[in-house]
Amino acid sequence: MTTMPAARSATAAPPAIKRDWLPILLVPALAAAALPLVGSFPGWLTLTVAGLAMGMMIFIMASGLTLVFGLMDVLNFGHGVFISIGAFAVTLIVLPLATLVQADSVLMNVAVLLLCAVVAMVLTGALGWAFERAIVRPVYGQHLKQILVTMGGMIVAEQLIHVLWGADPISVPPPEAFRGSVLIGEAAIERYRILAVAVGLAVFAAMLLVLNRTKIGLLIRAGVENGEMVEALGYRIRRLFVGVFVAGSALAGLGGVMWAFYRQTLTPGMGMEVMVLIFIVIIVGGLGSVGGCFLGSLLVALVANYTGFLAPKVALGSNILLMVLILMWRPQGLYPVAKR
Amino acid sequence: MLTQLLSGDFPRSRALTAILIAIFVLLALAPFLFPGTKPLNVAAKICYFIVLVASYDLLLGYTGIVSFAHTMFFGIGGYGVGLALYNWDASWLAVLAGLVVALAVSIVLSLVIGLVSLRVRTIFFAMITLAVASAFAILASQLSSLTGGEDGRSFSVPTLLRPSFRLFEGEVLGVAFTGRIVVYYLVFFLSLALFLTMIRIVNSPFGRVLQAIRENTFRAEAIGYRTVVYRTIANCLGAGMATMAGALMALWLRYIGPDTSLSFAIMIDILLMVVIGGMGTMYGAAIGATIFILAQNYLQSLMGLASKSLEGLPLLPKLLHPDRWLLWLGVLFILSVYFFPTGIVGKLRRK
Repeated sequence: MTTMPAARSATAAPPAIKRDWLPILLVPALAAAALPLVGSFPGWLTLTVAGLAMGMMIFIMASGLTLVFGLMDVLNFGHGVFISIGAFAVTLIVLPLATLVQADSVLMNVAVLLLCAVVAMVLTGALGWAFERAIVRPVYGQHLKQILVTMGGMIVAEQLIHVLWGADPISVPPPEAFRGSVLIGEAAIERYRILAVAVGLAVFAAMLLVLNRTKIGLLIRAGVENGEMVEALGYRIRRLFVGVFVAGSALAGLGGVMWAFYRQTLTPGMGMEVMVLIFIVIIVGGLGSVGGCFLGSLLVALVANYTGFLAPKVALGSNILLMVLILMWRPQGLYPVAKR
Repeated sequence: MLTQLLSGDFPRSRALTAILIAIFVLLALAPFLFPGTKPLNVAAKICYFIVLVASYDLLLGYTGIVSFAHTMFFGIGGYGVGLALYNWDASWLAVLAGLVVALAVSIVLSLVIGLVSLRVRTIFFAMITLAVASAFAILASQLSSLTGGEDGRSFSVPTLLRPSFRLFEGEVLGVAFTGRIVVYYLVFFLSLALFLTMIRIVNSPFGRVLQAIRENTFRAEAIGYRTVVYRTIANCLGAGMATMAGALMALWLRYIGPDTSLSFAIMIDILLMVVIGGMGTMYGAAIGATIFILAQNYLQSLMGLASKSLEGLPLLPKLLHPDRWLLWLGVLFILSVYFFPTGIVGKLRRK
């Protein structure tokens, strides 16, 4: 009951936050370790950029899922549907505006991409809101039902995509400016991958900014750490949660757009196919941690690309192996969230 | 006798009893009641899916574990028997050896997955099994020199089970008693035995502990049960049963491939069957599997009719397109989880 320490700490500077650098160092360490194995520098550069691009796209798709889980303990197994819908939303823009896509002007191409992103995000955001209302809300706190019901939502939504867009795969070529590759030294790097890295970095930076520099971000972080306390302080965490759910769905939609142009063929099941990678990523990163999710995405994608080149037969098991190794080192993931 | 066979777990509802007896009698007499290839295929599929779905119910309904790796074990059983028959001569020894190897692989695999991830929460386990199962499915299609890749493997079965075989001359009730019918009855009786075994398991003291864990893990632990051990055993049991179901499938189809055993679509089918039939009762698994497979095979033609008759209207014909039958079962699934989590069986028992 002494007031002394409190008074003293009030005047002193707040203690510096200890950063945990080890996981961050893992990414460059992995890339550096792969260099002698791959052998040639241009080949390594191509692989690394490909890995980074894939990692960024996975991060965009996974970040919403991990935040939603961290904040409200809700794991949306139907998250993949938002990715698919985001990807199919592309057809709404690209098919009618094909001339803009083919146009030889960077400005036009970027405009088309932006339009795609906006439409997809609005669509998936709205859908996320409806999904939260109709499917997730009635089963808060019941894990078993949550898994089942979100899975059911996924089945229905996937079938609805079939109904609306037909059963045949649709091909969507990326805008003219982002086709082909550029030569850096001797390494050929696909333009679209550079774009993907840029978008991914932008999303990550924006997320960090919102989470660390705004009041909403403060509340979200506090909610992830200790939701009850935030409620006790008078904030409606449910409303916050709905917001995060919608934002997460919209991000999945954006990821879907990026993924659509990357794969160039759309199938209704494409979202569910990436979900496996996304689950591995958020487990590796630590459920609920955005930073961990970012590093996890990069690690998973880089490992997949390197092993795909070095030993194609092992490539499919490499992600599982990576997950096992990291969980052996840190059972809660790279950046464990305090509550769990 | 009946009490012993059903382990004292009676349907406890007149309607339910009637449905179960109907399923049993129809399946038992299927070769004679519905001669022809397709009906017999459907009946056999119902048989081994009842085992598969019941074994999943052991995990989901009784223990409260959500696993997405059940098709993996199903596939291991199928591939075990199938590849043994493909690589060696078509003898019973090969069947047995394949089955034993498959069972061993399944149980070791489920033990490892269980020990690594069952300590943690439901969600964690669900995600990890999903990842492992998808890796396994890719593995099976990649190792094409062993598994035949995407095409799978067709193989011949022991002489007794071949279509050209006649158990005896002449006909029974106007149907030639071919090897096909022998396989059918092999599948039928083994499925029945496995199903009754599972009823025995869930009504044993062991099964009660599983239900206690499902209801309240913390309290079960506090009473003194090592929940991790029980969960792991349940997981291994479920995996073993799924492997057996896979072996039966391989014997019936004389073919094994990723699409018939390992695909994620089948995992979703199993989930739908368990939930629609009723979680936490073995009878639910039987009813769910029967309804679902009948719907899979016959609902489509019905929907085709409806779709045709609505032609001209916007969107409706597309919603009723025969390929969209899963949409309606998905809606039914969501409604089941919300409004009658005990499924059809629970609904019938309450009345």
